Amino acid sequence: MRIREHPILDFQKGPLVEFEHDGRKLEGHEGESIAAALHAAGVRVLRHSIRLNRPRGFFCAIGRCSSCLMTVDGVPNVMTCVTALKAGMRVETQTGKGTIPDVRFTEAPSDPDYPRDLGSVPLAIVGAGPAGLSAAVAAGRLGVECVVLDENPVPGGQLIKQTHMFFGSKEHHARVRGIDIGEILLKEIEDLPVSVMTGTTVLGLYPGKVLALLRNGRLHRLTADSVILATGASENMLAFPNGDLPGIYGAGAVQTLMNVDGVAPGKRVLMVGAGNIGLIVSYQLLQAGVEVAAVVEGLPEIGGYHVHAAKVRRAGVPVMTSHTLLHAVGTDRVEGAIISEIDGDWRPIEGTEIKLEVDTICLAVGLTPNCELASQLGCDEAYVAELGGRVAIHDTDLETTVPGVYVAGDASGIEEASTAMLEGRLAGLSAAAKLLTRPDADELTRLRIEVEEGLRALRAGPFGEHPRAGKQKMVELARSCGGDQ
Amino acid sequence: MSHRSDGILEPRQLLPLVPPAERKALGPFVIIECVESIPCNPCVEACPKGAIRIEGDMNGTPSVDFDICDGCGLCVSACPGLAIFVLDMSLDAGAATVSLPYEYLPLPTVGDTVVTLSREGEVLGEGTVERVLSAKALDRTPIVTLSVPADHAMDVRHFTAKDSTA
Ligand code: SF4
Ligand code: SF4
Repeated sequence: MRIREHPILDFQKGPLVEFEHDGRKLEGHEGESIAAALHAAGVRVLRHSIRLNRPRGFFCAIGRCSSCLMTVDGVPNVMTCVTALKAGMRVETQTGKGTIPDVRFTEAPSDPDYPRDLGSVPLAIVGAGPAGLSAAVAAGRLGVECVVLDENPVPGGQLIKQTHMFFGSKEHHARVRGIDIGEILLKEIEDLPVSVMTGTTVLGLYPGKVLALLRNGRLHRLTADSVILATGASENMLAFPNGDLPGIYGAGAVQTLMNVDGVAPGKRVLMVGAGNIGLIVSYQLLQAGVEVAAVVEGLPEIGGYHVHAAKVRRAGVPVMTSHTLLHAVGTDRVEGAIISEIDGDWRPIEGTEIKLEVDTICLAVGLTPNCELASQLGCDEAYVAELGGRVAIHDTDLETTVPGVYVAGDASGIEEASTAMLEGRLAGLSAAAKLLTRPDADELTRLRIEVEEGLRALRAGPFGEHPRAGKQKMVELARSCGGDQ
Repeated sequence: MSHRSDGILEPRQLLPLVPPAERKALGPFVIIECVESIPCNPCVEACPKGAIRIEGDMNGTPSVDFDICDGCGLCVSACPGLAIFVLDMSLDAGAATVSLPYEYLPLPTVGDTVVTLSREGEVLGEGTVERVLSAKALDRTPIVTLSVPADHAMDVRHFTAKDSTA
């Protein structure tokens, strides 16, 4: 199940170490996620649902869905998809909700390496993905000191799994692979007053721009003058019978497993969704040596670019529009999928059912912006379908209704990574304009026009229709909230 | 069916992408199978001779000046859509070559016989590997040139190793 050779990637694996799974000795690479190590060893069932005792594997692989909770070294409810494997770990399937070990909470000894209060910083950026890193570059270049916080062990967000070349034009890193864009952005911040704190979850955002951070199991406080929320998005789920079987993954999870951990998700995959993500991930599966049985799409048309569809079509993968997944087959893992044609009202057409022999089903049915922190702080929000769900209302500076708090990237509406990078820059410029005591107005205007022209061009075509409409609604919503004067 | 519903370009969409017969007879040329308005333009930058143009902003579709294009293939691996191919239909004896981007392993070696595939992934016949370019400048998008029967040149867009379909 491990991918030995890859046309684009060169997997940097930690040393092979032994660990224990339900009393059985297994091997995995140190530093990869526990879930990936188990998957590579053929273990797909990670837990059972609490009430109906149904088997569960992981779904999101980014620490959001809780489908991968296990007991690790005696600690229950550990998210194995984001916990790094260490030699000698004891990984156990937990029963029910798990039991909290009997420990006494004592006053933590004062430790100079772990100051509880991390003090204050002019600009805190939540999320080290394309938007967050770009925001740091833009603000850092203007001399604004910033801290970028990210819960993942490495920075880069979704960029670290994007093996394909990006679109856009030269200014937007077109023809550069996503994985390399992450490296470029990190290189750019090297000489800037920017620090990146990975492995750091922002648990809360409180009035006064106080951030509660969880880092190495300890709680910290950080206060910021301005905050940019570049928290990205979460994978959408689709409801269908047997939809919880192990072997059904979100597209992002498949990318993490195969492009970060170098583990093939299965032997034969059904892809659900023919938007750009579904098409790109299908192509990446083929590159990793995994068969793709078909791409099904409920709409009568392919949602993604034709050039992406053409790559998988010529490799022999059918793209079946007006088709849907009826249900998954299997008892404790996916053994097949029943698909059928649907009519204009989304009703399955009887007699068109086909059974596909697949061991994996990948869902690429859209993303929803992550806006919990903005919600918690009390930013006004609105549901905008074109932007993918609820987002914090923001003006054309990307400032929310709480002054000094900005949103950028997928968190402000689902779009491509190229637009996320430009939005990040815009948020960085907006924050800097307010934070600097003597900003160079001409320079700021020049930079801002550059970014706005880029955004306009990236959203101009027919594929930019949704974000264009969504952002237009946002301008109106922000106005009615009294912002954007 | 249209390419929006099945991912396959129709003959009427392909026609404007190729040069007239007189130009085909002169030597290799590029065919850019990119017909949608998408925000992208690295192909324009990639051509050192300025043969590729996109009108307006980057959302236009690329067009090629076949008097300038000499089929050098420098644009092939620059295209994130892997939509650019170079055809040479000026060869004698009913043969042609198709150069295509190929981001898979294993890379074939010169002289290999491979199974040629159409835009739909259907088997067309066989081809012989004439050249494999995988220089660092191509950034992990190698270009493979196949020799195929001339009447397959407009259809061969992919290939697979001979034993993999057996
Ligand atoms: S094949 Fe060469 S000359 Fe022709 S368009 Fe491409 S880069 Fe330009
Ligand atoms: S680089 Fe490729 S995908 Fe982009 S516009 Fe040119 S031909 Fe189309």
